[in-house]
Amino acid sequence: MNFIVQGIQWIFDPARWSGPGDIQSRILEQLAYTFGAVAIAAVIAIPVGLLIGHTGKGRDVAVSLSGGLRALPSLGLLIIFALLIGIGFKAPLLAFVILAIPPVLSGAYAGIEAVDKRTVDAARAMGMTEWRVLTKVEVPLGAPLIVAGIRSGVLQVVATATLAYFASGGALGVFIDDGLATRNYVELLGASIVVTALALILEGIFALAQRLIVPRGVTAGQVKDVRTRPVRSRSTMGSPIQEGK
Amino acid sequence: MNWVVNNFGLVWSLTLTQVALAVPPIILGFVISLPLGWVANRFRLTRGALLTISGLLYTIPSLPLFIALPAILGTGILDPVNVVVGLTIYAVALMVRQTADALASVDPDTKQAATAMGYSGWSRFWKVEFPLAGPVLLAGLRVVSVSTVSLVSIGSVIGVTSLGYLFLNGLQRDIPGEVISGIVATLVIAIVFDLILVGIGRLLMPWTRADRRLSRRRVPEVPPVVAVNA
Repeated sequence: MNFIVQGIQWIFDPARWSGPGDIQSRILEQLAYTFGAVAIAAVIAIPVGLLIGHTGKGRDVAVSLSGGLRALPSLGLLIIFALLIGIGFKAPLLAFVILAIPPVLSGAYAGIEAVDKRTVDAARAMGMTEWRVLTKVEVPLGAPLIVAGIRSGVLQVVATATLAYFASGGALGVFIDDGLATRNYVELLGASIVVTALALILEGIFALAQRLIVPRGVTAGQVKDVRTRPVRSRSTMGSPIQEGK
Repeated sequence: MNWVVNNFGLVWSLTLTQVALAVPPIILGFVISLPLGWVANRFRLTRGALLTISGLLYTIPSLPLFIALPAILGTGILDPVNVVVGLTIYAVALMVRQTADALASVDPDTKQAATAMGYSGWSRFWKVEFPLAGPVLLAGLRVVSVSTVSLVSIGSVIGVTSLGYLFLNGLQRDIPGEVISGIVATLVIAIVFDLILVGIGRLLMPWTRADRRLSRRRVPEVPPVVAVNA
């Protein structure tokens, strides 16, 4: 526990916040990787996910692809790009885009799939075109799950962005690299605390956003559900008449 | 390709190390999260608390966790125990929610029927609820297995040797083949683990397979009946 106190002191050391390679520019780099990679991944994966969710075609391919991409070791992926493209920010960014695609993709198609099929049919019966069914019905109703996919992509990348230093790409991992080289455990711990805090803050923001994005019509419907399910199912309780005998 | 042929012994021994580091967290995660998941499913109060805690634990990035564990556990920073404990924490964080969901997926009427037949709480859990929750538990375990196998290599950053060694060494010596062989070996382990889990699932839960066969057999029987009616 003593080390953790020292780690926190390391973070708030004024020397950390000034001069070249200060902690705030490293935090900004970490966030730039996170949002840059997830934005690119979203541009690629959300349209594909919406298409899969809407048509129901290619679902198996998407499931096995996102499952397979999950098994890729992030460190190996980053290093192979660093060797093939060269060091700098491009190799880590590319690796993070690939890491962010599976969660964003599965969030998008799961969100559309989860929409009640009767609602979709009702929208068609009202004369909506397929495009309007998608944009006016399926996307708003599936939005919480789509955001959940983006949330887990952000979480994945903000954690992994720490490894960007392997491709000389900066971010908070620079402190970890330095701490490992100089065997400075306090620095390692301080940097770890900053990364963890960043992840927790982003998680909190997204958890809030996910709640706010639920369409008003859906939350209004939920009010009726105040009664909980009976503890015993009706079949075992019997009807009142039988019990009165 | 040349590099792999010349260094097959190294890749093989690192693969075994990776397997040795990945198996304990998967098993421990499953065993620990069973009682926790049960408690989370049973009481509303503990459900919120346990699921929030496990969600927060899962949010902690792996490298910081591996670095912070020695300070908390009092182990050396190079100790493989840090990686095993860290990965177990992730496995538990994932599996508690999954176990709670799996137990919730068991039909309440089935549970009452079991009680009516005279099962005690303990034997009802093991003979009725646990097997029926099996398919959902297995799905969670497969996710845990894949993510654990790929996360083990992060441990090599702090000096716990695994297939991650091939990544770091390949970077230093500029050998893409070495890095790729590490990635491929990781994927192979993940696939083998997945096949093993699916195989165990088929052995222990034969009814999930029988169901499918039954429905397949039934399909051709339907058209003649319709034809007679018409």
